[in-house]
Formats: sequence, C-alpha cells, structure tokens
Amino acid sequence: MGKLFSKENGEVFMRPLNLDNPVTVQILGICSALAVTSQLKPAVVMGLSVTVITAFSNVIISLIRKTIPMRIRIIIQLVVVAALVTIVSNILKAYVYDVSVQLSVYVGLIITNCILMGRLEAFAMSNGPWESFLDGVGNGLGYAIVLVIVGFVRELLGFGTIFGFQIIPQSFYTENGGYYMNNGMMTMPAMALILLGCVIWVHRSINKEEKK
Amino acid sequence: MNTNSNTYTIVYASVIVVIVAFLLAFVATALKPTQDINVAVDKKQQILASLNVRGLAKSDVETKYAELIKLDPVYNENAEPVQTGDKVGEKEQKDQEAFKVANKDIKANNRPLYVCEKDGETIYVVPVKGAGLWGGISGYVALKSDCETVYGTYFTHESETAGLGARITEEWFQTSFNGKKIFGEDKTKVILSVLKKGKTVDGVGPDNFVDAVTGATLTSNGVNDMVQQCLQDYIDIFEQIKK
Repeated sequence: MGKLFSKENGEVFMRPLNLDNPVTVQILGICSALAVTSQLKPAVVMGLSVTVITAFSNVIISLIRKTIPMRIRIIIQLVVVAALVTIVSNILKAYVYDVSVQLSVYVGLIITNCILMGRLEAFAMSNGPWESFLDGVGNGLGYAIVLVIVGFVRELLGFGTIFGFQIIPQSFYTENGGYYMNNGMMTMPAMALILLGCVIWVHRSINKEEKK
Repeated sequence: MNTNSNTYTIVYASVIVVIVAFLLAFVATALKPTQDINVAVDKKQQILASLNVRGLAKSDVETKYAELIKLDPVYNENAEPVQTGDKVGEKEQKDQEAFKVANKDIKANNRPLYVCEKDGETIYVVPVKGAGLWGGISGYVALKSDCETVYGTYFTHESETAGLGARITEEWFQTSFNGKKIFGEDKTKVILSVLKKGKTVDGVGPDNFVDAVTGATLTSNGVNDMVQQCLQDYIDIFEQIKK
C-alpha cells in the first residue's frame, strides 16, 4: 500500500490540479470549457464526466499498452475513448435526463477533448495502470475546477442564481424597483473566454516564482 | 511477439472492435427502457407545462397527467378521429394514441390532439413544431374550448443560443401567450404573432400578438411561423370540436 500512495504518485495526482493544470497551463479542452459553463450544474456534470472518462480510458490504455501495435495506437485510443463516452452518455440519458439534454452534443464532444488524447499519449502509454488512474483523475479534476470557477461566476452574474437557486434578492432587480440587472453578456461563450483569460492570469501570477 | 507485424495489427484491431461493439450493444439495450421512460415523462411534463402546470416533481407527472388529460385522439386529413384515444378496458384512462405519435410523424393524415380538463374547463392541446435559428423548435399550445383563446404554451428547442433564443423556454415568454386570441376578424386564418417591440402588422390587434425575445429576432420569428403554421393546420379540427 505504501507504494500506491508514494510521494511520486501524489505528485502525479496533484500536479494537474495546480502547476500543470490542463486548462490554465496546457490550454487544452477550451472548447467545452466555454460551451457548458453558462450554469454551474452542467459545468459540474461535464467536469465529472471528463474525470471519469479520462481516468478509465487511462487505465484501460495503460493495461493494454504493451499489446497495442504502435502504428494504430491513436486509433485504438480513440476507440476506447469513444466507447467510454457512449456508455457515459447512455447512463446520463437514463439517470439524469435533464442534464443530458442540457449537455446535448458536448458529451459526444468529450471524444475530441484534447485532454483525453493528450493524457493517453503522454502518460498512459508509458506508465502503469495505477499511476495512469491518478493522472486521469488529477487531470479531470483540474479541468473540473476551472469549469466550476467559470460556471460559478457566469451563473451568478448572468442569471443571479447558483445551482438554480436565486442568490441575488428579487427586490434588487429593476423590474421590482431595484437598481440591478443580470449581465446578459455572461451567458454568452465570449464572456467565458474572457473569464478564462482572467483565471489563467491569476493562476500564472500566483505561480510565477515556482515556474522559474 | 512482434506487435508491429501486419497480421498482428489487423487481428488486434478486429478483436478490439468486436469487443467494443458487444459492450456498446449491451449497454444500449440494458439502459433503453429507463431512457424511454425519461423521454415519455419529459413529453408529459411539456404537455402539462402548456396547461400551466409547471415545476412538478418527476414522480407526480404521471398521476397529474392521467388526471388532466382525458382523451388523446389522432385525426386524419378529413378531420375525422381515426383513433379515438378513448377508454380501453375498465381501469384504463386512455389508450394514449396521440401520445405515441412522435413529433416528426405529425402529418395531415396523422394529427394528434390532447383533450384535457382542468378546473371544469375543456382545453385542447396542439403539438407544434418548426425551425428556430440553429435547429428545430417544438412545443405545445393549449386552447380553451372556443378554440380561439390561448390557455397556455410550452416551447423547447434543440440548439438555440443560450441567453437569447434559448429564452423561449422561459416561463415569462410562454405565459405571455395566455389569454391571446389566435384569430382576428377572419376566423379562417391564424394571426397570433410574435412581434418585435414597436412593430405592428395590419389586422393583428393587441390581443393577437406577444412581444418577441430581445436579441433573438430569428428564433422569435421561428416561434411565430411555427405557431401560425401548425395551428392553421388544425383549423378543420377546431371547426368540429369548438363549443
């Protein structure tokens, strides 16, 4: 057991959460990060789905890495990812129907999420299953954190709600005699890009010294 | 073993594909019943929303639907009910004929209608479908027993812009139809419209239009065309059933 949670493995898990974050440092998976973050709930579900799929595709690829013919390795990786995504999409449709309607095409697009292929090529093809699992979970969560931050700000400012609950009191709104209006810009993907830029900016200025 | 030989590569690929195919087929078949129930509950929720029954818990949808929807006949091109949607058997509320008609199968000879009763009033729910800006839009329009006054509406969309076109799913927009008249002077032409603020059309009185969604002109036009077209297609049926 000692080896399972060794310092190196801890590092494998922790790095993508902060110093090696897939979104803010490697700038991967931006497309879906912009598309699904207008509200918090789809952002959380998307983050979890990507975490689960990255972790398990990493494990599967890592298990069969020695048998994969080098010439068709990318195709094999794609097949594994596509199969997992289809399964997750079916499970979402069966058990959280409204979320799957909201995520619609983006679940399918996980297949093309660069984080997945990136981790499979860079990590799972040359490491054992347990390390690969940690790496997958770490990268998935690193992606999820950024989605949640962006989703939180967008939902709060764009709709005045968090997880669908009204946070900004109704009496503040101009319709009810107040002086506040929801920022419609926040519901658009363009604003997500700007927010994401801010997240990257903050993240880089905090980690400036450690990088050098 | 040489994992780079051609034979190995081909055999490997085939085996992987077969395994994955079996796995996916298994998952899809195993989860199909649960998914179908979700789709059916979602449809019932939409119909109930057009009757201004919103925010029901999933578990209550079934009972509420059975309570409110009395008949669901399917009409043919001569406005005759080909399937009555009437009671079958002792305990059965209805045979859900119209409910089984998928949106894409609605044609002149296959027109579903939901006959509902709420607070002692007879209400007819008409399914509508059309095109928005990016993809399909659909919904339900509930009419009072005069087949002229709107009782409630529900709209949904496939891929309209979040925050703009997608706002047609919001309650304020849907309830703004309530109490509007679908006809003007001429009772053979549906003129219920969705109009940009400040815009007027001849013959469309204050009772005949609702305000469009700001910034979503094309989606609003889509709703406008969808409601007019689909209600127009039901006029012959309205003639027969209206009181």
